[in-house]
Amino acid sequence: MRGPAMLLVLPALVAVAVTAAAALGGDEFRRVLSLADYNTRIVVLGTTLLGAAAGLIGTFTYLRKRAMVSDALAHATLPGIAAAFLLVGQKEIVPLLIGGAIAGTLGVLCVMGLRRIPRIHEDAAIGIVLSVFFGVGLILKSAATQLSMGDQAGLDRFIYGTTAGLIRQDAWLIGLTAALILISVVLLFKEFRLLCFDAAYAHSLGRRVRLLDLLMMALVVITTVVGLQAVGLILVIALLIIPAAAARFWTDDLATMTWLSVEFGAASGFVGALISGSYANLPAGAVIVICAGVLFFFSMAFAPARGIVFAWWRRFALRRRIGRQHVLRALAEHEEAHGSERPLPFASLHQMRSWRRIELRDHIQRARAADELTIDPNDNIRLTPTGRVRAHRLLRNHRLWELYLIRYADVAPTHVDRDADLIEHVLPAAITVELERVLAEKRGAIPASPHPLGDVP
Amino acid sequence: MTWSWQGDGTVVLVAMLAGCACALVGSFLVLRRMSLMGDAISHAVLPGLVVAFLVTHSRGIGAMLVGAVVVGILTALLTQVIARYGKVEEGAAMGVVFTILFAIGLVLIRQATDHVDLDPSCVLYGNIAHIYADAFHGTPVALKNLAIVFALNLFFVTAFYKELKVSAFDPALSSTLGINANLMHYALMILVALTAVVSFEAVGSILVIAMLIVPPVTAYLLTDRLGVLLFLSVVFAAASALLSQLAVIAFPVWFNTPVQPDTSAMMTVFAGFFLMVAIVVAPTRGLASKAWQHLALRAQIRREDILGVLYRFRENLGDAAAAMPTADLRRIFGHGLLTRYALQSLRRRRLTSTTDGNGLILTEKGLNRAERLIRSHRLWESYVAQYSDLPLDHLHEPAERVEHFIGPRLETALREEVADPQADPHGRSIPSGQPEKND
Repeated sequence: MRGPAMLLVLPALVAVAVTAAAALGGDEFRRVLSLADYNTRIVVLGTTLLGAAAGLIGTFTYLRKRAMVSDALAHATLPGIAAAFLLVGQKEIVPLLIGGAIAGTLGVLCVMGLRRIPRIHEDAAIGIVLSVFFGVGLILKSAATQLSMGDQAGLDRFIYGTTAGLIRQDAWLIGLTAALILISVVLLFKEFRLLCFDAAYAHSLGRRVRLLDLLMMALVVITTVVGLQAVGLILVIALLIIPAAAARFWTDDLATMTWLSVEFGAASGFVGALISGSYANLPAGAVIVICAGVLFFFSMAFAPARGIVFAWWRRFALRRRIGRQHVLRALAEHEEAHGSERPLPFASLHQMRSWRRIELRDHIQRARAADELTIDPNDNIRLTPTGRVRAHRLLRNHRLWELYLIRYADVAPTHVDRDADLIEHVLPAAITVELERVLAEKRGAIPASPHPLGDVP
Repeated sequence: MTWSWQGDGTVVLVAMLAGCACALVGSFLVLRRMSLMGDAISHAVLPGLVVAFLVTHSRGIGAMLVGAVVVGILTALLTQVIARYGKVEEGAAMGVVFTILFAIGLVLIRQATDHVDLDPSCVLYGNIAHIYADAFHGTPVALKNLAIVFALNLFFVTAFYKELKVSAFDPALSSTLGINANLMHYALMILVALTAVVSFEAVGSILVIAMLIVPPVTAYLLTDRLGVLLFLSVVFAAASALLSQLAVIAFPVWFNTPVQPDTSAMMTVFAGFFLMVAIVVAPTRGLASKAWQHLALRAQIRREDILGVLYRFRENLGDAAAAMPTADLRRIFGHGLLTRYALQSLRRRRLTSTTDGNGLILTEKGLNRAERLIRSHRLWESYVAQYSDLPLDHLHEPAERVEHFIGPRLETALREEVADPQADPHGRSIPSGQPEKND
């Protein structure tokens, strides 16, 4: 599955799941899932857009290896929000967000500045900024509370988030943010790509790397500040990191990864908000993050490109192929020494390498299925004509490589067997021809072994 | 408000113990560049705590510790697994793990609210005010627990000092020495989780993160020795505890407000303040000392440039007694402070002396120094001319820059390299004389 088709899978799955849940669930369930309530619509729209926006910008911070900077930045917004609160009072949301954005930017600048000081590494810089800024924020916040400027909940909202309390204005704000990020990313896609993959090269091309970095982090700041009241401080960090990290497992193409990350973020926001709306006592922010987490672990396990299961499978398949080829080569060497009339008993074959009996049986089974060898009831093994052709090719690769190592790399004849053993499976035909040329060997013939072969009893 | 030994004293002691316990293990986190593991673990233990509550239906410290340690190990383990097998960058892997665990914790808390009274903000901020109140009814539990944890950390650090040191600075070496770096890693993670949980109730997770990272970094800026680093970071943690409580008491008086800030929040601010001071004044690495070194170097270069100009002036006139008017020097080097200072210090060092026509001549010592500089300059020009294809008019610039940094050994080497050690490529004579030791 490539490119555009891959991008359609997740939305389709979400649609199917929601429809199925609506069909199977009760009335209350259906009411939430069909977005009949105005409130539900606002909340779901808000979290979906937030997830998409965070997924979009998160892709680039993830690839720039700045994922944890968003941790520092999110914590750093608190003093700004509390200071703005002290100055203007709690009713106005926009000044609070501006205060948060200013403090967040300051936090990012501090991380960048601290990192330049010898002995303060990235991790320490992040930890310092997040804890000290947050400490200042707590002092300001308690000042606001103690001056009885209103209930503390006004500020706690930014730390824990109150998804259910999202109103029309908030949804608009999130939508605007998402649009801003989308426009910036579309306009600066090439620059961001350069920045993420080769900042030094970007610099040499005359791009203003520091400015671009700052711009990227500014977009993260805006997303964070807007996301704070929706999902809370810790969980907005999650939305900035997890969708991007999950998308990375599926593809090596930046555009595809970006879209996937947007989809993962949006799907987490959408499904998470619906789930938490359908059950009592489920905090939406946390459910959204858990949805993202499920997507992450699913991707890590099952994504074809970089997922663990497929990687294991590929390695397993390779090992099997190599094992089968070792069987073939062993048979060919046996034939070389003793003529094709004498079969090789299983027991002798087993002693030639440190393979387990069950493993060897499997290799032989698969080779027989591929019509490469025959095995009679007495466990005697013979090559078939097909198998012989393949085995000779391997043997030729093996010997050519051995000769090459001896002649051009000054490796002792006693030491070449192992190296050739590794490379014989992956030597392309073109290189074999090239080897024959430089070694002045006859085309297609199998050179004699440069070292004594272990004789098989 | 006034100081009360029973109340404030206890609070300071609690804050000190928490801060010092964190600073001890935090030093190794900082050295291993894993400071954020402290951040991740102190957020991620939330579900461990809630599950412990749900299972035991109590807020007993034992269950909490078990829950926290289990989740702490889980965090470290999952981060490693994701980073290694998923090929995710370590920081990002940490971010994925701790946010998800935190989210699970939040969901569990909401589910558990019917059973246990647990407020997530308690974990975040702690409640040091309670300690103040509790102190008047016997020793607070938090104090005892923190004392135990501090003692445990101290024991661990002293008992495994060598192992911790080697595995922190050189994991590969530690493996060859038979010290299991991974084992030390997990032991450290367990201690971080333990310390975090015990400190939470008293001082909150933000202070834990601050104390794990900020005092050790401050100490790291000041010293190259691990023992001193540990000692200093504990001192900084303790000092921030004491100062913050004093500040909390003084704050309402100084600023004439009813506001009384939280001790643990104040502590992070003081720790940050110490760090800032260290960044500025740290010996050799501090910004102030860097700026001073830079300034001293600039002054020295200006002095040498002036000597060079005086020498060339003399040379051009062919008159050893020719005095260069100070006004001309000022015209070349500007009227800035640096020039004025350089002229002054040249006179003070008796490298130049003033004639009565307000002119400047080189003293014997000054001539010596100037010759050395000119020698460096012209030898370098000869060398560059000989070994690179630079045209004649491109030789002066680089030599002007490099002349200040050519020591006696390099000078001797240059003299052996160049074909004609008597004259430079422009035809000017290279002052003779042996290179002398730097004075």
